[in-house]
Amino acid sequence: MGILSYTFMQNALAVSLLASIAAGIIGTLVTVNRMSALAGSIAHASFGGLGLAYVAGFNPLLGATGFAVISSMGIAAVSSRSRRKADTAMAAVWATGMATGLVLIKLSGTYTADLMSWLFGSLLAVSPTDILYAAILDLVILAVVAGFYKEFLAVAYDQQYSRLQGVPVTLFMVVFLILTALTAVLLMRVTGLIMVIAMLAIPPAIAEMFTGSLWKMMVLSSVLAALFSIAGLFLAALLDLPPGAVIILIAAAVYSAALVVEKARSGWA
Amino acid sequence: MNGCPGPETVIELDGVTAGYDRNRPVIDAIDLTVCRNDFLAVIGPNGGGKTTLLKVMLGLLVPWEGTVTVLGGTPDGSRGAVGYVPQVIPEETFPITVMDVVLMGRLQSARRPGRFGRRDREAAVRNLERLDVGELAGSDMNSLSGGQKQRVLIARALAGSPEILLLDEPVASVDHETQESFFNLLAELNEELTVVLVTHDVGAVSSHVKNIACINRLLISHGDSISSESVARAYGCPFELISHGGIPHRVLGRSGKVQD
Repeated sequence: MGILSYTFMQNALAVSLLASIAAGIIGTLVTVNRMSALAGSIAHASFGGLGLAYVAGFNPLLGATGFAVISSMGIAAVSSRSRRKADTAMAAVWATGMATGLVLIKLSGTYTADLMSWLFGSLLAVSPTDILYAAILDLVILAVVAGFYKEFLAVAYDQQYSRLQGVPVTLFMVVFLILTALTAVLLMRVTGLIMVIAMLAIPPAIAEMFTGSLWKMMVLSSVLAALFSIAGLFLAALLDLPPGAVIILIAAAVYSAALVVEKARSGWA
Repeated sequence: MNGCPGPETVIELDGVTAGYDRNRPVIDAIDLTVCRNDFLAVIGPNGGGKTTLLKVMLGLLVPWEGTVTVLGGTPDGSRGAVGYVPQVIPEETFPITVMDVVLMGRLQSARRPGRFGRRDREAAVRNLERLDVGELAGSDMNSLSGGQKQRVLIARALAGSPEILLLDEPVASVDHETQESFFNLLAELNEELTVVLVTHDVGAVSSHVKNIACINRLLISHGDSISSESVARAYGCPFELISHGGIPHRVLGRSGKVQD
């Protein structure tokens, strides 16, 4: 394909492949910890950071990352006390982040096109900085999750038992939330803020149907996310459609097919 | 009454009051002494404080009043010596193998990041085999029956080589046919370990355990006087069932309030 000779296409491919690794691993942890609402909340809160970055004139990626990390810590602090309060906190952070971002971006006089690129992704406009961000994040996630795999597995499967075994459960949840925040910001570049949850939730949901252990689920999720991204990217280029949306539509189609297969399998058994 | 006759005391609760809502204690002024190699069933209705009692013994819940001593130390300090078997939740699904579940019982002894070592894996396999579920090691935990899951959870508790085994509602996930062999298994484990279980199913446990206590906010032990029997009934403890169980009578402990 001739389109691969364009630098923007190479960059887009690099970022989406690197983002797939982070999305598959963190998405799996988000899924088994039943925290997709939290991931969505963090992603939307980071929009406030974008607004701040545009007003104050620093790097939007930095602003989004900062807000994502701070909001995840805030939610963690509230949810350690009560699960119902956590639900309220997530909803509040979700909407407040969006509102803050919209107001600040309007005040900064930024073009709407910039705004749209964060909301709906801007895969064809990613920079070498984005590639670097993705590569470093992948390395950190791989190192942390591989090094403490048994602890992450234990905390996700049975928090109470992990605590009895002397695992610092709260510390692991905090690290997990920070990695989730960083991954959410990275995925904003690929699919856009609005579709971050889909990228974190759909590949692991499919993978869970066909795997029996956490690490296999992580690997399969990453592979699926990469396949969806590549297919979506090329299809979008071919049909002149927004790549983020096409990626999600492909993921959703495969998920539906997987559900049918799963249903049929359990029906025969 | 608090000293154990020959063998030593392994768990001692002294005036323990605990709960979640400040105004409403779930367990109230509990005294309980568990001796080494005891096989104790704590029975009581749902909401009577059985799980709270276990949490206090495990150090997961700090009591408002009173002290908890486990093997001469605090519950936190004795964690490695206590094997906990939680209630089996039947509908739960999670991508995890049986081996990985049992290895969780080795987290404390592994005590370092990275993969589990060979000794941890050997301990896991040994305990799975001891519970007759060795062939399930590579299976998906979700594909197991309730009884099999229970055995895996017991293997996990044993993998850390505990001195005390605490079980939460173990009878609930065992069907009637396998109940007999399940209690034989616990009796066998009881030769080396102190076993404490909590359950609402008095009928199932009464003929298998060495001692019974009843908890419904207050704790009433079987060996107490007739007057406490009426109190026990008033508090919802099914005393008749216990009395016909043919269990050796011994005072386990009593709540100060019951004696008033």
